[in-house]
Amino acid sequence: MSDHLYSEDHEWINVEGDVGTIGISNFAQEQLGDVVFVDLPQVGTAVSKGDEVAVVESVKAASEIYAPVSGEITEVNEVLNETPETVNADAENGGWFFKIKLADPGEMDGMMDAEAYAAFAKG
Amino acid sequence: MRYLPLGDADRSDMMAQIGISSIDDLFEGVPQSARLTKPLDLPAGQGELAVERAISALAAKNRPMGAGPSFIGAGAYRHHVPASVDHLIQRSEFLTAYTPYQPEISQGTLQVLFEFQTQVALITGMDVANASMYDGATACAEAVMMASRATRRKHIVMSSNLHPHYRDSVLTASQFLDLEIDVVEPLPEIDKETACVVVQNPDVFGRLRDLTALGEACHEVGALLVVAVPEVVSLGAVKSPGEMGADIVVCEGQGIGNGLNYGGPYLGLFATRDKYVRQMPGRLCGETVDADGRRGYVLTLSAREQHIRREKATSNICTNSGLCALAFSIHLSLLGEDGFKRLAMLNHQTASRLADKLAVVPGVEILEDSYFNEFTLKLSRNAAEVVDELVARDILGGVPASRLFPDREDLADHLIVAATETNTDEDIAAFASALQEVLS
Repeated sequence: MSDHLYSEDHEWINVEGDVGTIGISNFAQEQLGDVVFVDLPQVGTAVSKGDEVAVVESVKAASEIYAPVSGEITEVNEVLNETPETVNADAENGGWFFKIKLADPGEMDGMMDAEAYAAFAKG
Repeated sequence: MRYLPLGDADRSDMMAQIGISSIDDLFEGVPQSARLTKPLDLPAGQGELAVERAISALAAKNRPMGAGPSFIGAGAYRHHVPASVDHLIQRSEFLTAYTPYQPEISQGTLQVLFEFQTQVALITGMDVANASMYDGATACAEAVMMASRATRRKHIVMSSNLHPHYRDSVLTASQFLDLEIDVVEPLPEIDKETACVVVQNPDVFGRLRDLTALGEACHEVGALLVVAVPEVVSLGAVKSPGEMGADIVVCEGQGIGNGLNYGGPYLGLFATRDKYVRQMPGRLCGETVDADGRRGYVLTLSAREQHIRREKATSNICTNSGLCALAFSIHLSLLGEDGFKRLAMLNHQTASRLADKLAVVPGVEILEDSYFNEFTLKLSRNAAEVVDELVARDILGGVPASRLFPDREDLADHLIVAATETNTDEDIAAFASALQEVLS
């Protein structure tokens, strides 16, 4: 988990090779409350950094998930279709949303490590 | 609701309160050329009796459907609505309540809507229905937009035998969306770019068809089949759209519980499959249990809606035709399942009797061999002229197809006629003999 990088939109990305796994931070899931639905993107979709690619819906709100990097969606976490509450239980691991084959790893420059993000989230 | 009169003193108080010196200041954003610079030219106030006389004189110019033989349909159908329906919907608990903004406090309203949804799902053969929409045409427009969202595709195929009001509602509502809409008949081959195929059953000419093969063709390429039903009573006799493979069913529900009302308010029914429920527009009531395990009703899946999702909502429509839906539910409950089927059969039998009588009139050809309570005649003369001459004989003889398709010269001699349980044998005989006179 120490390899996670975080965005100011409270998303995390973990890169292995040229594929990044993306989810929302534990802080974000706490803020959202009980997650009841995740609208996942289609595998094969090309996305640009900043595109809305998914929606997470909790009992309190519905929020967009933005692509933290450009690339192609290679996999989505089907587990969330049946058990969206996995996002609450395990936001930064089993509750991942989708994977992107990175077009430009340089886009991750400026993202925060766990320590910097913890400070950011604290506000 | 109280009527609050507004005097000059109230007006200047209100203006002072918000810091303007004249009412015109409120309209600064409207270009000067679009503003009215003088008061409306209206007559001075009149006494109650004078108003009653004037309005009665206006009303007397109408020819109510029930005042004589009437065979007009084409999307709006006259049916008998039991007096009990009107009595019940006028109970103040129902009549005065608008869509509640703290919905769970209005358990009665929510229960009605839940039962309404259940009835709509049953008669359309679908998994889930919303709490209603404005009318069949706007529901159809919503269905097209929903199909595009659900499939993430932009190409729409719409049958040209869809009622033109439905077609135009779709085109209007989607004009700023990046959709490619083909209005065609016969339906073309579709492919993996196609979001949906929209057909009406019975179609605008009254023709019924089995849509099963079309549904299969849609599903083979991942497109949705959208079925519009202009006459809800047909669902009591015809195989349901759900059984034929529809993915979205929209329907004009006016025929049950609601009068013709000069064309509105009407009642849009909207139903779909479970897997598309989150893409469905409109409100949705659900049944649940409270903390003590007692049954209760809630508005559910609200995150699709405008008050939460703002511009990303599934629809701009976050309300429903509550009172019309209530009338529908009460009427359908009074009919029951058997009664609904019998009403549908009665409609079909009456239309069949009408067809038999008209078929023998010289100059009349009946074009449909498979219909519910409406069909199209090909006449030996211009249909619009024939209808005018029938009106002179106090018979409302249907809708000339040219009214709906003014650009289609090939339809100038087509006349769309409907019969319901409200038409008597005497009506039918009068229509047939008047038509014979007019055509000879």
